[in-house]
Amino acid sequence: MPSSDYDPACLPDLLPLYYRRLFPFAQYYRWLNYGGVQKNYFQNREFSFTLKDDIYVRYQSFSSQSELEKEMQKMNPYKIDIGAVYSHRPNQHNTVKSGSFQALEKELVFDIDMTDYDDVRTCCSAADICSKCWTLMTIAIRILDRSLRQDFGFHHLLWVYSGRRGVHCWVCDEAARKLSAAARSAVAEYLSLIKVKQFHFSFNINVFIKGKSLTVVKRYFPQYALQDQNILGRKESEEKVLALVPEDILYIFSVHRATTAKKRQYFEKEIMLQYCYPRLDVNVSKGVNHLLKSPFSVHPKTGRISVPIDLKDVEKFDPFAVPTISLICEELDRPKADEDEAKSEDAKEKENEQDSAEKRKIRDYKRTSLAKYVKYFDQFLAEMADSWKGKLLRQSDLQKEF
Amino acid sequence: MQFSSKKPRAVTDLKAELYSQPLQFYAQPPLENISLSEFESFAVDRLKLLKTVENLGVSYVKLNDDYLKKLDNEIRTLNFPQDAKDQTEKRRKDHISHFILRLAYCQTEDLRRWFIQQEVDLFKYRFRKLDGGEKLEFLHKNNLQYNTISAEEKDNLREKLTISSSAASGVKVEEQDFYKVPFQDALDLVRTRKVYLKEGYAYIPHNEIVTIVLNDFRTRLSKALALTARSLPAVHSDERLQPLLNHLSHSYLGQDYSVQKNVGKISLEQIDSLAGKSFPLCMRQLHQALRDQHHLRHGGRMQYGLFLKGIGLSLEQALQFWRMEFIRGKVDADKFDKAYAYSIRHMFGKEGKRADYTPYSCMKVILSNPPSQGDYHGCPFRHSDPELLKQKLQSYKVSPSGVSQILELVKGMHYQLACQKYFELTHNQVEDTSFSLSHPNQYFTESQKVLGGGKDVKRETDTLQRPQENSAARGLTAAREPAVDESQHLAEITKNLETDFQDA
Repeated sequence: MPSSDYDPACLPDLLPLYYRRLFPFAQYYRWLNYGGVQKNYFQNREFSFTLKDDIYVRYQSFSSQSELEKEMQKMNPYKIDIGAVYSHRPNQHNTVKSGSFQALEKELVFDIDMTDYDDVRTCCSAADICSKCWTLMTIAIRILDRSLRQDFGFHHLLWVYSGRRGVHCWVCDEAARKLSAAARSAVAEYLSLIKVKQFHFSFNINVFIKGKSLTVVKRYFPQYALQDQNILGRKESEEKVLALVPEDILYIFSVHRATTAKKRQYFEKEIMLQYCYPRLDVNVSKGVNHLLKSPFSVHPKTGRISVPIDLKDVEKFDPFAVPTISLICEELDRPKADEDEAKSEDAKEKENEQDSAEKRKIRDYKRTSLAKYVKYFDQFLAEMADSWKGKLLRQSDLQKEF
Repeated sequence: MQFSSKKPRAVTDLKAELYSQPLQFYAQPPLENISLSEFESFAVDRLKLLKTVENLGVSYVKLNDDYLKKLDNEIRTLNFPQDAKDQTEKRRKDHISHFILRLAYCQTEDLRRWFIQQEVDLFKYRFRKLDGGEKLEFLHKNNLQYNTISAEEKDNLREKLTISSSAASGVKVEEQDFYKVPFQDALDLVRTRKVYLKEGYAYIPHNEIVTIVLNDFRTRLSKALALTARSLPAVHSDERLQPLLNHLSHSYLGQDYSVQKNVGKISLEQIDSLAGKSFPLCMRQLHQALRDQHHLRHGGRMQYGLFLKGIGLSLEQALQFWRMEFIRGKVDADKFDKAYAYSIRHMFGKEGKRADYTPYSCMKVILSNPPSQGDYHGCPFRHSDPELLKQKLQSYKVSPSGVSQILELVKGMHYQLACQKYFELTHNQVEDTSFSLSHPNQYFTESQKVLGGGKDVKRETDTLQRPQENSAARGLTAAREPAVDESQHLAEITKNLETDFQDA
């Protein structure tokens, strides 16, 4: 699907349109408010904006959805980051006695960046990606998702395309949001087999690796590595493969031709893992106060919206098909093919002002390619909402409100 | 903290209960009256113990044989509980001293962190000493609600459990209990992937429970310290306690080197050579600066002047020493007598309120009066830029590996241990300093001991020693040099010694 040619110079014109008519504020607020179970959860959340000319502002906070909307429409940020929920309103942090202003909670987040795979990609490097090496992302998402759910018992994971060359994972469970920095770092280290920018393989392959992750990797590896990356086809790649083999094994191979089956097994496993295993930047996950790019933020260089990824279709996800801001703004002006739908919606305009403005906005994004992503986000929120309802009920029971 | 006994019977029951246990979580503060002297001595003893724990923890692999032996010793010396009968008194001391130190160490983040680290290490050591039954008892008495998994569940997960733990500890899954613990309580095991995780729970074999318990201890202590800090103002209002508590966190607990047993034994000519051989780095640096610039500022004069007093310089010698040096600079004799001589006499307690000032301990040098541009006092390991420190060490001919070891220690903020390392590297025959450095004069004394014939050398060269001792006051030649008319036999012994030491 061709996306409208995106030109970063147009951002100043496109952003106001995006924030006025397309950004899904209602869902966004619904997410970050977490059902209102904890008081001031949204109000104490830090946002940071990157404005025009690279002006960076931190400690932004808002008291309601409408304030958030107004401010974003006023500032038209190029980039939006989400930070932690603090003990006080971040925009008042200077008035708080030093030491009292603390980051209390935040989602557990992971950032997988394609550049961390540069040493095993032969098709692209640095900021480039292509559909061949995107498979690495797919493998990473699968493995991490499985582990976070089955090993750690998390349920509400939001996977988001970063807009250029990676994905982020937001673990939104209450238990995850309450994790200490030490716990976050432990989880991230548990999940990092390949330390970013280092080769690291532990022969103490434990359950985690032996089990399903290896199966996942095995499923993809033959196609991905051998064909797509053409590992063993070209000499330099073959050398790269051999370079991955630990010194002692290589020695054993060269000296004792007849190597044991077990050693060859390890050799093969290591190669597969080196190529395909998810590579995380632990520092992103460690800090409770770390700021990470927000879903539905625009990537200024590519114009792509950071959209949530539907796990059911992760294999079909194509980063090049993700709508750009120019595309969706353009789609706004196009009359929708389904004229009937538009007519029946026109009829409802007789309702009061606020409602229709709201409805118009809802209609707006639905007309664009953004629709399916917002829909998926809605589903994600609906699943989480069940857990909030339970909590609120318990709280009101405790207070004996009927 | 209120020391009062309102309900004697209930309290004694509690106490009996508590002190019958070898180990506790320090959940309840002591409720009794104690004398101020007991208050102070308990606190000081525990502080010594914790400092030993710290030193051992940096010098040895934790819980290896040397570590265990030395810690055992220290505990016995300081009269803290060991595994034996009739430990009630000692356990009471342990209990009370812990809570007193909480008061002293809750005030800043750094103090808290230090205190928690040492208490956790001490707890780890003690917990490991309990046998299986005692461990279980401890867990149950302290409400650690970690449940064991049923035989059925164990069966289902058997393969996974075996893989996760047996590789590490050769443990049979059937033979021991597995506990189901929330993963947040077992972070160390999670981080290193040494445990089987399922839906947010870690399945931990009984013998790994230590890690869990330690984390629990650490968390509880951390919370308790935060609470203590908040109630501190009330404690500080008691004038008897406040100076004591402040002192504890900054205290130096050893000899104060104020009584000079060896006044007059050092001559001024020796100082230059002594500076190279037996002075700690801070004093060597000060001496060098004094010689180079024929001047030192007040901070430097105090630190170095008192040190010299501590090593045995008399007042007359000191006056002569400083005068000679300053005159070489911009100060003339009259000015010296007017301005500087007074302060030197003051140092020796001959002026003003006649206080005989004691030489500064390492604590004092490190913590107070940091040097600024043009100053040479302070602790070089603490106050010098690491690059400059490196250059200085290299110019003093410390080996490159030695230099990097020292810099590692400096990075870890173990300044006194860095100085000890410097001691080891500049005194070739010493591989392992037997003392715990806390005072520059202590460095000097130990150094003189080693150079004047330490224990290793004494073994073989008793005959060599005697002629040496006579000239101990002058010229501290190394024990290796045989006296001129020694027999061949002795020369041979010496040669053997030299090879021994060279191999070391």
